Amino acid sequence: MPRLVSHPDEVKIVSRRFGLGADHIDRYVELGGYESAKKCLAQGPDWIINEMKASNLRGRGGAGFPAGLKWSFVPKQSAKPKYVLVNGDESEPGTCKDHLIFLHDPHAVIEGTIIAGLAIGAKLGFIYLRGEYRYLLKIMEKAVADAYIKGFLGKNIFGSETEFQVITHSGAGAYEVGEESALMESLEGKRGVPRIRPPFPAVVGVYGGPTIINNAETIATVPHVIEMGAAAYAEVGSPRNGGTRLFCISGHVERPGVYELPMGYNLKKMIYDVAGGIRGGRGLKAVVPGGSSTPVLLPGEIDIGMDFDQVGKAGSMLGSGGVVVIDDQTCIVEFALRTISFYQHESCGWCIPCREGTDWLKKSLMRFHAGFGEAKDIDNIQYLAENMLGRTFCPLGDAAAMPMLGFVKKFRKEFEEHLNGKACPFAKHMEMAVI
Amino acid sequence: MNDETMTLFSPRLAARLDALVEKYPVRRSALVPMLLYAQDEIGYLSDAVISEVAQRIGITELEVRNVATYYSMLRFKPAGKYNVQVCTNISCMLRGGFEIYDRFQEELGIGHKGVTGDGLFSLEEVECIGACCWAPAIQVNYEFYDDLTPELVPGILDAYRLKARAPSDGSSPLGRKAEPEGTDAHA
Repeated sequence: MPRLVSHPDEVKIVSRRFGLGADHIDRYVELGGYESAKKCLAQGPDWIINEMKASNLRGRGGAGFPAGLKWSFVPKQSAKPKYVLVNGDESEPGTCKDHLIFLHDPHAVIEGTIIAGLAIGAKLGFIYLRGEYRYLLKIMEKAVADAYIKGFLGKNIFGSETEFQVITHSGAGAYEVGEESALMESLEGKRGVPRIRPPFPAVVGVYGGPTIINNAETIATVPHVIEMGAAAYAEVGSPRNGGTRLFCISGHVERPGVYELPMGYNLKKMIYDVAGGIRGGRGLKAVVPGGSSTPVLLPGEIDIGMDFDQVGKAGSMLGSGGVVVIDDQTCIVEFALRTISFYQHESCGWCIPCREGTDWLKKSLMRFHAGFGEAKDIDNIQYLAENMLGRTFCPLGDAAAMPMLGFVKKFRKEFEEHLNGKACPFAKHMEMAVI
Repeated sequence: MNDETMTLFSPRLAARLDALVEKYPVRRSALVPMLLYAQDEIGYLSDAVISEVAQRIGITELEVRNVATYYSMLRFKPAGKYNVQVCTNISCMLRGGFEIYDRFQEELGIGHKGVTGDGLFSLEEVECIGACCWAPAIQVNYEFYDDLTPELVPGILDAYRLKARAPSDGSSPLGRKAEPEGTDAHA
């Protein structure tokens, strides 16, 4: 079972009920659960959307789009039914926060889905979990069944005239369906290839109806925003970055784990204080701040606040909150190779720059790491990556290219040290399994 | 469903799939989970499974194959009874994922997507399974094991060998959360 951690600097909002048995509906209610949904039912859609806007809650999936604003794009009148789609296809390497939400607080996801539905006038919500999360899907299915029995879901939620239904759904292995348009395709029983936008899902989404799609953490945060009040929630974070974030600190730290910290919390402090510093007293080489698709930061670049704006200013992205810490005994070429192998494996092949780019980047890096690289390969890696950027339907191409650019720009010397048949100074896995 | 297909799936799975297609506003939404649940029972997507799923959804077999080939968990050849999936993605790699993978290869004498001669185990190097903070992690079928060291590998395999011999009571061999093989408790 995933280990829970804690640190005095944590501000437990979303993780408040972790480890308290809140997967049982009675316990969840005892801990204040479903009160926010009842309040929203009484207050109505405009009030909910205004609260969400005022909370400065930004999408926790990676893009950081303000949730309230996204919800406000859904047309009030629609000939087709409207839907809520919860993105629990958590697959960004370095990210395991939704895992804990589904495990410890499944009703928060359901309650958030109800509130999102009330805000836009939807009668049906889908909760999509990646296929590998079968044990978590069972927890969600049980929670949904319990919510129906209590009358919190159904034709007349909380005894009102309002209907809201929830369907849980399992994927079957695909990183790309974490992208919202591919997620809709997958939910509709198709290959998870992206759709071109516009139209955006808020106008034309699932089955052609207006749809709001939010990450599971965003949705699980919603009941807390309502409970605390938008102003109090926004107050916790930094300007334009409301609240907290579940930061997944992994890699070479003494105490890896999912820590809930205020938006804007200092990255250096997060690594050296919260996560206990670098394992075995080693030195820090690099940090991937927001999941594998975000450009790497050097030790001199980590004295920054972890919110969407500040990490952006530092040349990277807050992404999905997956902080991957790399010590000074790690080969960056190998790390880059493992990263691109992932994107090559996950590219759906729909857009040529991504399909070909990830493949050639992987080939170049494999050759390079095996000691057969040439000086021109370094520039070639950069050239390939630069030509993928912005040229694909979905962000997978960018997600593959951006970290590669970071590695070759910031660690050019280490690439050069692999040249001309020289063995990798950190050699461990010269022949990486091809997957 | 006709008599021939009735025998393909267990009555329990058949009932579950009947309910699955009714669950969605549009029948086709049931396709991906249906393929996964069928695979859980049959072991892989055989021609017969694809044919039956196509009938149940009301689309052609070609359309089913077109979708199925997209998803990495779906397979067209049998795997072992226990499919060992070792994550070697970045967070696991940094904490010894490759060493875990190497040890499984050594112990089982098979490589990526290989199946042992007795059909008991198969091995896969997989992408991130969402257990980064508890790395290195693996899944055996749907069961997670985390914070691993290579020394723990033989014990995990032995426990599954023992489980294969003993009549199943649905519990995990290592005393973790129960997961009846290839089925779903909330059908």
